[in-house]
Amino acid sequence: MRAEVAQSPWRFDHFVVPLTIFLGLAASLAEAARSPDPRMVVQAWTFGACMAAIGVWYMWMYAGRTPDDEKQKYADAVVKAGVGASMFWGIAGMLVGVIIALQLSFPHWFYFADLPWTNFGRLRPLHTSAVIFAFGGNVLIATSFYVVQRTCHARLFGGSLSWLVFWGYNTFIVLAGTGYLLGITEGREYAEPEWYADLWLTVIWVCYLVTFLGTLIKRKEPHIYVANWFYLAFIVTIAVLHIVNNLSMPVSLLETKSYSLFSGVQDALTQWWYGHNAVGFFLTAGFLGIMYYFIPKRAERPVYSYRLSIIHFWSLIFIYIWAGPHHLLYTALPEWAQTLGMTFSIILWMPSWGGMINGLMTLSGAWDKLRTDPVLRMLVVSVAFYGMATFEGPAMSIKAVNALSHYTNWTIGHVHSGALGWVGYVSFGALYCLVPWLWKKKLYSNTLVEWHFWISTLGIVLYITSMWVAGIMQGLMWRAYNEFGFLEYAFSEVVQSMHPYYIIRALGGLLYLAGTLIMAFNLWKTIRSGVPATVPAAALAAEAV
Amino acid sequence: MNHAWLEKNSIFLLIGIILVVAIGGAVEIAPLFWVTGTVEKVSGMRPYTPLELEGRNIYVREGCYGCHSQQIRTLRDEVERYGHYSLAAESMFDHPFQWGSERTGPDLARVGGKYSDQWQQAHMIDPRAVVPESIMPPYKFLFSTPLDYRDIKNMLVANKDVGVPYTADQIAHAKADLEAQADPNTDGLDDFQKRYAKAQARDFDGDPARITEGDALIAYLQMLGTLVDFKTYHASAPENRR
Repeated sequence: MRAEVAQSPWRFDHFVVPLTIFLGLAASLAEAARSPDPRMVVQAWTFGACMAAIGVWYMWMYAGRTPDDEKQKYADAVVKAGVGASMFWGIAGMLVGVIIALQLSFPHWFYFADLPWTNFGRLRPLHTSAVIFAFGGNVLIATSFYVVQRTCHARLFGGSLSWLVFWGYNTFIVLAGTGYLLGITEGREYAEPEWYADLWLTVIWVCYLVTFLGTLIKRKEPHIYVANWFYLAFIVTIAVLHIVNNLSMPVSLLETKSYSLFSGVQDALTQWWYGHNAVGFFLTAGFLGIMYYFIPKRAERPVYSYRLSIIHFWSLIFIYIWAGPHHLLYTALPEWAQTLGMTFSIILWMPSWGGMINGLMTLSGAWDKLRTDPVLRMLVVSVAFYGMATFEGPAMSIKAVNALSHYTNWTIGHVHSGALGWVGYVSFGALYCLVPWLWKKKLYSNTLVEWHFWISTLGIVLYITSMWVAGIMQGLMWRAYNEFGFLEYAFSEVVQSMHPYYIIRALGGLLYLAGTLIMAFNLWKTIRSGVPATVPAAALAAEAV
Repeated sequence: MNHAWLEKNSIFLLIGIILVVAIGGAVEIAPLFWVTGTVEKVSGMRPYTPLELEGRNIYVREGCYGCHSQQIRTLRDEVERYGHYSLAAESMFDHPFQWGSERTGPDLARVGGKYSDQWQQAHMIDPRAVVPESIMPPYKFLFSTPLDYRDIKNMLVANKDVGVPYTADQIAHAKADLEAQADPNTDGLDDFQKRYAKAQARDFDGDPARITEGDALIAYLQMLGTLVDFKTYHASAPENRR
């Protein structure tokens, strides 16, 4: 195999990857030289510096030699890089979350009149993008690359193309994140990056699809494993959502600003079709791929039901896509679309719980491991949170409930029970599995995993309970009437009454961040000073200490 | 059907996924572009003036939508607190829409004319000086930053490209109109007001010497929700029933 690589006269990735980097560099230099928009110039230099660094790294890796990783059966170096990036962005994103929570709790201390880039409005998309796209995205890319190779018994397709996916995606994150601080945004939630960052992400995402699908095609297993169905649905659907929702007209090719193709009510529904399915396909389908691989592997039990997997998969992806209008109930969206959105949101409860049951019941016969293996416990609790959030979601989609909950902190609480409990925990569980498997080391400390688990669970409980109370209270105060038939409370009184709950929420977020730092320390120690695994990696994974 | 067939053919699995996820989006979103009555017929709506458009750009840039909605729902308490519920027509020139999803701060769909320019200035410079309970960030820098409107004409053109009915006349005079609205002592005021019905022209930021970002943002806030003539709008008319 090694000889094959060395003798191969031409590989498409050795052409495509440098060409992409070169075109990126050329475009950024042209923008930097010609743009009259100072913010575009900053973005161009940032992007150009990333391209130059990646280009130098690529030449160092590939010029005149074959990297060690390419001599192995599986491409694991890129997965290792993804694990590192996930930890970095996870801590950064959660830290920004704590900062903006503190801004809402103590505006006197955490706002700076002369530093516009520190304002809540610019940091909030930084937080959401950093945790969803930077942390979540890197976890998904890393785990999907790991899982697809193991379940296909095939090396990643495309050679160094997977490295372009990794570096290109993280360049997108840097471009988007620094852009928010400069005030560059399209102004639609979770789709804030401007047109040029969107174009770059489209290129990278196509490379991701090619790498993943190519690996599926060259698999040595007859069947495509269920986890890969979910990963594939995530990659393809996100591509469709991203392209349609980000159609926009730049003011000029040298300016950051663009105007979305759609307006008003059509823009609103397109955006929430995108926004809800960023939840459905990025934060759900992708992470269900993790569930379907890591839970059976860690528990050493097969997936509970093959039939349920099939029903879960097709019904989930079919129904999710309809649920967007529940973000627009009682608005200027036509009634028929609202009703359709609400109906499908309620139906969505069923496939969601089907998936939860399939995940939890995989533990059949292995429940005792929850006592001894905190990593498995984290994975299982994530599925429990998934079940809770996917019950709460349909409930909040009922118009009468939504009349109260919409625009309040209840929504924030709901999102975070899903984000911290489900996405966070399933990611942490996967990372705790991956690091010992990839580096062939024994996990540094199970006790620290216990600490991580309990501290962050306490954080989640504080977060979601405070936001439930705050949200329901907020909704009730807004609609309260006094005995004379007038509105009882001024808006500012409702803001004031949120104060203690904002503080509790910030504390919850701080605890969750502390848990993540403990995890980073534990994983770092595992890699740096851990005991080499003397047993095969797969067996090590199952070893309950 | 035997599912194993899909599990063995990556490309068909891919096509299957695309077909299944395409249905919902197509059925829900596509009709909004051609079903009549999706956007009500109203009188009074006009595209944003160049200064208001710049103000809106600042509103988007600062992420105001993270805390302020611009969408009054059809609920009694909202209508009493904020005014007539929002119509689809009122955001038909909004690229992008800014309906928002959170009310950490109050809804702004009809904030136009509710407060004086002086209140808006003081509130944005130091929110807690005016509303002690406020948790809004300070926006003092808007009043010391000159508005960068070198591109205003291209901004109107880009909006026209995506469907906002700016006339050739409005595009040609974009820069002059912007200056006329912020400084009514210039000659272009009459022409400006002919081009944009009901547009308010004055020095919005309390600093007549220059046009700042504060001018643009306050000009935008002061027109929000004021355009539609509700005397001529009948919710129960057949063309407005949705």
